[in-house]
Amino acid sequence: MAKIVVVTSGKGGVGKTTTSASFATGLAMRGHKTVVIDFDVGLRNLDLIMGCERRVVFDFVNVIQGEATLRQALIKDKQNENLFILAASQTRDKDALTVEGVERVLGDLAKDFDYIICDSPAGIERGAHLAMYFADEALIVTNPEVSSVRDSDRVLGLLSSKTRLAESGAGRVKEHLVLTRYNPARVAKGEMLAVEDVKEILAIPLLGVVPESTTVLTSSNAGSPVIANPESDAGKAYEDIIARFLGEEREHRFMTAEKKGLFGRLFGN
Amino acid sequence: MDWLKFLRSEPKSTASVAKERLKVVVAHQREGRANGPLYLPRLREEILAVVRRYVQVPDNAVNINVQREAGLEVLEMNITLPDAS
Repeated sequence: MAKIVVVTSGKGGVGKTTTSASFATGLAMRGHKTVVIDFDVGLRNLDLIMGCERRVVFDFVNVIQGEATLRQALIKDKQNENLFILAASQTRDKDALTVEGVERVLGDLAKDFDYIICDSPAGIERGAHLAMYFADEALIVTNPEVSSVRDSDRVLGLLSSKTRLAESGAGRVKEHLVLTRYNPARVAKGEMLAVEDVKEILAIPLLGVVPESTTVLTSSNAGSPVIANPESDAGKAYEDIIARFLGEEREHRFMTAEKKGLFGRLFGN
Repeated sequence: MDWLKFLRSEPKSTASVAKERLKVVVAHQREGRANGPLYLPRLREEILAVVRRYVQVPDNAVNINVQREAGLEVLEMNITLPDAS
């Protein structure tokens, strides 16, 4: 039985798609058959981050409306045979997604895949609602910044009430905090909320901290998920996240600033 | 340890200001939230019915609250019994 994981945040631009791409790639690298679905109808971007934008022929909405089969719409990743991408449509209106349609597609995917990753759009409208509705687990992507934390809390409220698990009373969506764009040096100076602060406010378990990293941009330039770059701190952080998600114990890292040398201390800011 | 803050001369960091503001905003946000799972009202009705088999209590005698603390969910239930019994 496939596990459905939604990557959500409320606020836009915090790293949902970056996280979805690396999370799905990481699971596939570990041998799990994984599909990642872009729920952002009208503003698709996952295909760009995954580097498969030129191979999109059919999309999620085509499948829901019966214009294409899943087999036709699923794009196989070039680097990883366990990884598939289902792109969002670029032109249709958001009403193209229906509860029944999404349920049917997820049900079909569940027969073949170990993990179904749902990349939620920003906001709390239809696309975001449907991305989380059938989820078993959720990655709450949050930046250490007031508006992002507040929006994450809103999303936590929705996860605990507006999902199939919650509505049926069968249980609750398992929540994981993924803190992205973290800058330990600014935290040390008291300019940025610390991991502990965000954990205290949101009161959900921490899956991982991804440090602010120049590699995130260069990876997206190249259309390669940042986890595919094992040299970078962000890539390592996502690899840790995969390990913890799969039940391994891994100490958290990238949470403290690197010590400056004497020169840096004298002349740095 | 709050009194220690008075001894500190430096001004508050913006991060701690952010944290204070968020605490207020989030607490407010959670008040309006249908606290806890959807079955809660039904659970409350059924418990009220069971209590009434033994004691006559008003409609508001059963109070259920769900709180989240550090990843743990705590279900708190209060049943107020009438004074003269």
